[in-house]
Amino acid sequence: MNIAIIAILAVGFLGTLLGVIIGMVAKVFAVEVDERIEGVADLLPGANCGGCGYAGCADFAKGVVGEMATPDQCPVASPEDVTAIANYLGISAEEKEKMVALVRCSGDEPNTVRSMYNGVRDCRSAVLVAGGAKGCDYGCLGFGSCARACPFGAIEMKKGLAIVHKDLCVGCENCVAACPKELIIMVPEAAETHVYCNSPEKGAAKRSVCKTACIACRKCVKASGEEDHMEIDGFLIRTNYENPPGPELVEASACPTSALRTDKAHAAGAYEGTSK
Amino acid sequence: MLSEFLVITVGAILVNNFVLSKFLGICPFLGVSKKLDTALGMSAAVVFVMTLSSLVSSLINTFLLVPMKLEYLQTLVFIVVIASLVQLVEIVLQKLSAKLYESLGIFLPLITTNCAVLGCVVLNAKSAPDAIQSTWYGATIYGFCSALGFALALILFSSIREKLDLAKVPEAFEGTAISLVTAGILAMAFLGFSGLV
Repeated sequence: MNIAIIAILAVGFLGTLLGVIIGMVAKVFAVEVDERIEGVADLLPGANCGGCGYAGCADFAKGVVGEMATPDQCPVASPEDVTAIANYLGISAEEKEKMVALVRCSGDEPNTVRSMYNGVRDCRSAVLVAGGAKGCDYGCLGFGSCARACPFGAIEMKKGLAIVHKDLCVGCENCVAACPKELIIMVPEAAETHVYCNSPEKGAAKRSVCKTACIACRKCVKASGEEDHMEIDGFLIRTNYENPPGPELVEASACPTSALRTDKAHAAGAYEGTSK
Repeated sequence: MLSEFLVITVGAILVNNFVLSKFLGICPFLGVSKKLDTALGMSAAVVFVMTLSSLVSSLINTFLLVPMKLEYLQTLVFIVVIASLVQLVEIVLQKLSAKLYESLGIFLPLITTNCAVLGCVVLNAKSAPDAIQSTWYGATIYGFCSALGFALALILFSSIREKLDLAKVPEAFEGTAISLVTAGILAMAFLGFSGLV
């Protein structure tokens, strides 16, 4: 009994003493932190993706409060979030169009395969071995480096091809940096119709390795008429994202290789590596 | 005197390595050894906390618990003391050296209640009163060297795991399994040091 009381008293006394000391030290050594930093951090998405160039959301909040960054530099935050942060800090917010990632390739397996690759299952390793195992030197390697780089699970690997799910993509651009073929670009979310090819080679050379390559037949350019929807870039047609075409252009142009397709059909696997 | 310190140093780092022969602190050993960067941060925090807590706990043991015949409270008191000590250091560090505070980061509070830290101070306290390890300077050196041993094991292991990432591991061994096997082989390698002191 006695022992128990002594033990309780001793530990209780020690605990109280240490608590008081910590409390006093915390007061003396208190670091003044701008409370707005926490407020901004609460309003941010909290995904810590690093898309803004800062080391996570808390660091970005520090930058915003320190007026080194503007709220709209966060690629993940929706326009409402940005406005909320701007209102919180009493600064003006600029409207910014939401961008999503686009993998400009439709060459899946077995559509375009040249050789077997047995090395590390990573695009950045595969590209070192004669540019990868795909027939096309410019296409998606299919080892999913971008999918692993995506903190939001927006990229799906389907038959050796990376497919972006637009509804999940927040535009952090982590995948853009991860792709050794520089296949991924950021496009406006509103754009629905894309050219899923990025090979600058001549049409016949492309077609010999990939059924769904853009052969620059210019049908889509003609179909868009006066509207400046498509741009000619050597042996490749690109979508003009200043003035992107709607989904009706796919029907109207009747792209012979199906390189021109809507992102919905592409993500749903409507083509599966074959042209129509 | 000097030779005794040498025995403590070599013994704590190589022969009786905390992770690989005493099996203390396995949790951070497996948890933060995926990348060398985090392993270095963790190692720094462990060296810091273990040295400091060895010193303070040894002082408390010699001048408070032993005279008051409260040795049976050692474990309890040490946990409380170490936890508040780390808390205290963290507060002071944040004010005085933001750079060091940021580099130790989350590891400092994480290591507070680690069994390696507690094990070290309890071993100090339980060693025979006339042994050099029970004096405050002996205990500090032992704590520092044990932490170095922990750091050595952690850094070795994380370097191996970084290389393992690029190796083709049989499917059944992927992930934790191959890590545990690796840790076992590493422990066997350290067994070669036994009999050194």
